[in-house]
Amino acid sequence: MTAAPYVALIPLLPLAGATVLGLAGAPLQRRVGKTLLGWLACGTVAASFVLAVAAFLQLTTLEPEHRLLLAQLLPWIHVGTLSVDITFAVDPLSVVMILVVTGIGGLIHLYAVGYMHDDAAFWRFFAYLNLFTFAMLTLVLADNLLLMFVGWEGVGFCSWGLIGFWHKELANTRAGNKAFIVNRVGDFGFVLGVFLLFWSLDAHGHGTLVFRELAKDAHLLAGDTQWGIPVATLVTLLFFVGATGKSAQIPLYVWLPDAMAGPTPVSALIHAATMVTAGVYMIGRLSFLFAMAPATLAVVAVIGAATAVLAATIALAQNDIKRVLAYSTVSQLGYMFVAMGVGAYAAGIFHLMTHAFFKACLFLGSGSVIHAMGGEQDMRKMGGLREKLPATSTTFIVAALAIAGVPPLAGFFSKDEILWQAFRSPYGSVMLWAVGVAVAGLTAFYMFRQVFMVFFGPCHADHETAHHLHESPPVMTVPLWILMGGSVLAGLLGIPHLFLPFEEWLEPVMRAHAAAILPEPSVGVELTLMLGSVLVAATGIGLAYVIYYRRRIDPAVFGRFLGGVPYRVVLNKYYVDELYDLLFVRGVLLVCRLAAWFDQNVIDGLVNLSAAIVRAWAWVSGRFDAYVVDGAVNALADGAQFVGRRVRNLQSGAINAYLYVVLLGVLGGVLLYWSLVSAS
Amino acid sequence: MADLSLGHFVVLGGVLFALGLFCVLTRRNAIGILMGIELVLNSANINYVAFARYNQAGYDGQVFAIFVIMLAAAEAAIGLAIVLGIYQRFETIDVEATDRLRQ
Repeated sequence: MTAAPYVALIPLLPLAGATVLGLAGAPLQRRVGKTLLGWLACGTVAASFVLAVAAFLQLTTLEPEHRLLLAQLLPWIHVGTLSVDITFAVDPLSVVMILVVTGIGGLIHLYAVGYMHDDAAFWRFFAYLNLFTFAMLTLVLADNLLLMFVGWEGVGFCSWGLIGFWHKELANTRAGNKAFIVNRVGDFGFVLGVFLLFWSLDAHGHGTLVFRELAKDAHLLAGDTQWGIPVATLVTLLFFVGATGKSAQIPLYVWLPDAMAGPTPVSALIHAATMVTAGVYMIGRLSFLFAMAPATLAVVAVIGAATAVLAATIALAQNDIKRVLAYSTVSQLGYMFVAMGVGAYAAGIFHLMTHAFFKACLFLGSGSVIHAMGGEQDMRKMGGLREKLPATSTTFIVAALAIAGVPPLAGFFSKDEILWQAFRSPYGSVMLWAVGVAVAGLTAFYMFRQVFMVFFGPCHADHETAHHLHESPPVMTVPLWILMGGSVLAGLLGIPHLFLPFEEWLEPVMRAHAAAILPEPSVGVELTLMLGSVLVAATGIGLAYVIYYRRRIDPAVFGRFLGGVPYRVVLNKYYVDELYDLLFVRGVLLVCRLAAWFDQNVIDGLVNLSAAIVRAWAWVSGRFDAYVVDGAVNALADGAQFVGRRVRNLQSGAINAYLYVVLLGVLGGVLLYWSLVSAS
Repeated sequence: MADLSLGHFVVLGGVLFALGLFCVLTRRNAIGILMGIELVLNSANINYVAFARYNQAGYDGQVFAIFVIMLAAAEAAIGLAIVLGIYQRFETIDVEATDRLRQ
């Protein structure tokens, strides 16, 4: 373990950028212009990338056992046995992630400078983008679960802000809300997992949330059960629920296709390269826990495989250029979960990295196409764009080859590694392998369906659009070329005994937890399987070529197949959204309405009743005041008035009368005196 | 002087008092009432002086009479001023018409 305070700058630089852009973006944009703001945003991420490379180089100088850089930033929470600090840790696993996030993220920032140039809220976009980068880096660099959760929530929030970036359209904000709410379901599982993990470990006197200590103490949970279920299984299942939310797996994948409502760079950055990989990364990070729970691993693998198939079939029938890629992402994430589920963590992370390259390239390429088409996203209105968009089409096709698994491109190595592990791992099975191969075929097919529909054949754009077709500016094509280069070369990292074998690199983090090494099946088996998957991919591409380029087979045939039922089901995404609508959304709305009714009629009724009682009482006391209290006072006043009226007649004001009275008084007094004197 | 006894003076004082009192009680003119009061005061003066002279009681009676004359002068001055005030306010000095302190 080595102290390396500069590591803290990697997430903090984008945070600084986000702060400046978020707080002062609007006036800055007016004063200094968009270009400078764009460079600021790119600069922070680029600087982070440089630091990430530095961290990587420093790691390579260390012994494999001691590859850990720590930056202790601040003490955070110290309550009871819970002790959590804001500490960033770089180890072989997180360095891969930060290189991907800052490297690909930086390229996407650069691309977005061109893509978003005409948007009035340019500054807001980059503030969100920088904030997202910060959150994602916090997620991967966190050295404990709680700080990871901060990043986890942060990327969710930024995702919400960016999906609904064009918030003047209701559909966009709804998509943002959907993403956020569906993610919350997963986040709930994550939090429960954190609670249960801490609580269970605390019972052993080793309560901690720091990954290093967790890895050391996880074995304490071995014999524990909760409600008859092993705690390790329960905890990992809860974490997996969190992963399904962020990484768009069954049953929580529904938000990702809708998230395409955001600007295309967002789709590339968040919904292809980084945020959606958070679940995969988290499982890799907690691989020591998952290794203790074979049941969970089986669930992970099955869910991953099911998601891969489901999403790949949906992608077959989509006509929106970005939706195809969205379902492709869900499908590829399913691959990664298969890898995680069979205990091949390194293979999963490897695919995560290569996928980040070619999927970002594909998304940015599609953005370039949409840009050229003036916002059109329907592939049926495209076609023949090859000549008009040479750079975009070249990079797009290479990336499509990579995702289809054509050797020697990146996707071939990573996908094949997963298929191979699925085949031979003790947690794997031939079934998983077969599903993986089938999905590989489907992937090749729908990707080249897209390629042929968009870039080849006759142009279906209307005259006006066709006239304005243009290649994107260099600020957008340069990232495409770089990403294409990554898609071509990244796979070489996976070749054993070459530059830097990926699996070996991750070994210190995942060593003891990866599936137990079986006696190696012969190289012949591996080569045969490899050849099989390549053949399947080639078949997929060939089919797409025959159907969508040569037009030998009318695609409408598939639409009519079996009375059109399978086609309609796939086109409508297996009616999952409708099902969720029926099961959850309607139910929630019903509960809402019931609650509203209850509120309006019962709660408000009670309030109104009490108000009525108070009013009645007020009326009574008002009457009492008016008649009894005031009556008494008035009666007193009336009495005084009555007496006064009578008495005032004595005060006539006639002096003569007074004098008579005085005289009579004097005479009376004298007479009285006399009578008294004479009597004595 | 030998013919005059104390009784004569007492009777004179009594008659004068009765006339004054009658004047005060019957007059409606405020000035008339004031004149009646003068008569009553002077009848008291006559009694003072007469009793002092016939009882050989020094000069106390005479001094008192002088005080009363002075008091009567002051009373007449203030009384007449009040009557003037009343006249200015009510334009009459009939005491039966002016039976209120305010107008």
